[in-house]
Amino acid sequence: MKKLIIAATFGIFVGLVALTPLSATASGPSIALDNANNDLSDKESLKKGFKTYINYCLGCHQLQYQRYNRTFTDLGIEEADGIANYMYTGDKVGGHILNSMPKKEAASWFGSAPPDLTLEARLRSPDWIYTYLRSFHIDESRPFGVNNTVFKDVGMPHVLQDLQGVSTIDEHGKLSPAMGGTLTAEEYDVVVRDLTNFLEYVGEPNKLERKALGYWVLAFLFFFFILSYFLKKEYWKDVH
Amino acid sequence: MLMKLFTDFMGWIDKRLPVTDAWNKHLAQYPAPKNFNFWYFFGSLAMLVLVNQILTGIWLTMNYEPSGDGAFASIEYIMRDVDFGWLLRYMHSTGASAFFVVVYMHMMRGLMYGSYQKPRELLWIFGMLIFLVLMAEAFMGYLLPWGNMSYWGAQVIISLFGAVPIIGDDLTLWIRGDYVISGATLNRFFALHVIAMPLVLVILVFLHILALHEVGSNNPEGIDIKKPKGSVKPEELSKFTFHKQYSEKYDIVDAVPFHPYYSVKDIMGVAGFLFLFCWVMFFAPEGGGYFMEAPNFTPANGLKTPEHIAPVWYFGPFYTILRVVPDKLLGAVAMFGAIVMLFALPWFDRGTVKSVRYRSKLHLVNLIQFAICFVVLGALGTMPATPTANLIGVIASFGYFGFFIALWFYSKNENTKPVPERIAD
Amino acid sequence: MSNVPVNNGRRRFLTAATAVVGGAGVVGAAVPFIASWNPSARAKAAGAPVEVNVGKIQPGQLIRAEWRGKPVYVVRRTEKTVSELAKHDDQLRDPDSEKAQQPEYATNAYRSIKPEFLVALGVCTHLGCAPTHHGGDFEQFVEGVPNGFFCPCHGSKFDMAGRVFQGVPAPLNLVVPEHSFISDDTLLIGVGQGDV
Repeated sequence: MKKLIIAATFGIFVGLVALTPLSATASGPSIALDNANNDLSDKESLKKGFKTYINYCLGCHQLQYQRYNRTFTDLGIEEADGIANYMYTGDKVGGHILNSMPKKEAASWFGSAPPDLTLEARLRSPDWIYTYLRSFHIDESRPFGVNNTVFKDVGMPHVLQDLQGVSTIDEHGKLSPAMGGTLTAEEYDVVVRDLTNFLEYVGEPNKLERKALGYWVLAFLFFFFILSYFLKKEYWKDVH
Repeated sequence: MLMKLFTDFMGWIDKRLPVTDAWNKHLAQYPAPKNFNFWYFFGSLAMLVLVNQILTGIWLTMNYEPSGDGAFASIEYIMRDVDFGWLLRYMHSTGASAFFVVVYMHMMRGLMYGSYQKPRELLWIFGMLIFLVLMAEAFMGYLLPWGNMSYWGAQVIISLFGAVPIIGDDLTLWIRGDYVISGATLNRFFALHVIAMPLVLVILVFLHILALHEVGSNNPEGIDIKKPKGSVKPEELSKFTFHKQYSEKYDIVDAVPFHPYYSVKDIMGVAGFLFLFCWVMFFAPEGGGYFMEAPNFTPANGLKTPEHIAPVWYFGPFYTILRVVPDKLLGAVAMFGAIVMLFALPWFDRGTVKSVRYRSKLHLVNLIQFAICFVVLGALGTMPATPTANLIGVIASFGYFGFFIALWFYSKNENTKPVPERIAD
Repeated sequence: MSNVPVNNGRRRFLTAATAVVGGAGVVGAAVPFIASWNPSARAKAAGAPVEVNVGKIQPGQLIRAEWRGKPVYVVRRTEKTVSELAKHDDQLRDPDSEKAQQPEYATNAYRSIKPEFLVALGVCTHLGCAPTHHGGDFEQFVEGVPNGFFCPCHGSKFDMAGRVFQGVPAPLNLVVPEHSFISDDTLLIGVGQGDV
């Protein structure tokens, strides 16, 4: 019996290990992503990311499932402060974070309508967003004069160019350090990290709450398991 | 005083409905072999997950909007705006994967100990029907979030029916109710997912248990605990009282009443299972992209295919069998054939010894290779099709079908070990 | 549990302990199911306080606002109407507003913050119909009272402070919701005076 389980487990393990390289290489050429290293519990970072989002992204990208007041509460922003400093669109404080960009025209401006970003971090991962926003480079053949190594031929201009400046790409696909921005490379990384952090938060606003609750549930179930183990042992004394 | 009130009340009920009798027959005086092991947890766990799916499912429908325009947004509404909606949703999505984990383990148990053999063929058939309905249920449920993977997954599976000769195209059109998958498809899947399939599922589970209790539970030794009446010395009979339906017909040995012995044991199993379940649900509800796939976080888009369409992991084995056959019709036939083989298992196995413990080395090897092939097929199903993957898939498919064919040949005159009369302590 | 040979103290204790802890677990698991029936963030956003501009209401005129899906009547009472309120106290069920149908700050002779403005839910306390405002022709229902509300469903009658008359099916005065004035002309329904 034991032998069977061990043999089967071993076989399955060997089989899966043998398949692993298959899955890694088979998904096609993919760019190595940088680690975003963002921290969801860092409210200051989230607030800065929120601010950057409002200033640079919201014009084109809505957060149509996320409400302002929820964001204020979760990020620790006083409602009055939030209304004064984060709300420029005249929406209600209980409303969603929307813009007034007409979808049809936008599609003709950019090739396709700018997507909603509420779930972007869940769709592509925070590391992707972090790397993407740091991978623009000059490409005169594109309508906005820039291209991106993570998302080739993307329809989006380099919106953060004021901050980062812009890189060039060499024939090996390597990006040069960005030139002409108001921020140093390190400062720019922090801005993008905060923005990534904010987008991960927006993707699942209750992520921290979920984990916090999880520890309690697991602790309870562990205790219950111990108890039920002794109960089972006690009853089975009759049998053995 | 309270006790007497309760006794009187039960007496009143029992004269009108045999509740106490049913309780005894199926729980408190049901003879269960005393040697159930780890693998026997999965039956009760499957029931637990079913209850979880039904309850959370009912609660999800309270806020879900079954329409092409509203479905995706209503899921985000549940995730964000409804109090604890995120938890109900994760319970349901994690539960779907857990259901298949549990059911596959439960089926593996049946294979190992010959629980499908005579006289348990009908029990096995009911179980297989549950598995089939469960797959349909999961497939339809997967469309409901109306994410892009939902959409394209359904597209691929529905296209399968196009392989049916002559009527194929009309059939797919009829299933979709539109020229593409649309709100019409979503609505009918919703109706089937929340009402029709669960109803059938519950009835089948009921029949499964009824059939089980009619023939009695098998056990890891594959030895019958019901001996012919009068064949066992009185001092060797089980010391417990069993319902007269069982004890009048048979001499019962090596058994314990299901309740309390297996009820307390199953509670322990439930606690252990829930620990693992909650671990996944609270800390990795996406299951590494296998339980919830990343492309499903963008709404269904009929013009934009995800880079790599893979079915959810639990369809993997069957999907791979479909894919490795280089012909649309034959591929579909092979896939359905894989399930038909399982249905027919009681007749492929011509042996009389049930448990792998007392069967030949050949059977042990066959069983292990089957389990490995099944897992490998499953893993391949979630990966992109490449020539290497295809080759491995073909080999594993042969392993899958080979299990049944080989079993049919060697089980007639198998070199088995002597089976003991009684279950050892 | 006749089928169990022994039933010692340890066993009874473990059974009870597991039952209690398991019961607590079931209660805990029920929380998300029960809590999910609370108003969602969407419902709360839709039920957020409503601002009403009262500057343009003519004396004697009623306007309807909507707050949490219910009609709210805002009436600019004339000085004459206000002065007449005290005259029919003997015909009312609860002339002094003793029942808690209004916030503390509106528990006065006018049932309002400013005598001029009545703010009341247009929901009859009998079975929830919307009473109609009769300005000037209420005498057909109550002699000597020129203005009031009449509920067409079952004939309940209320005066211009939303107080219910005797001898009608409605048991209580009309509800005065939490409200406050942000400025002289702007009424905020849903947030009480002093809460902002």
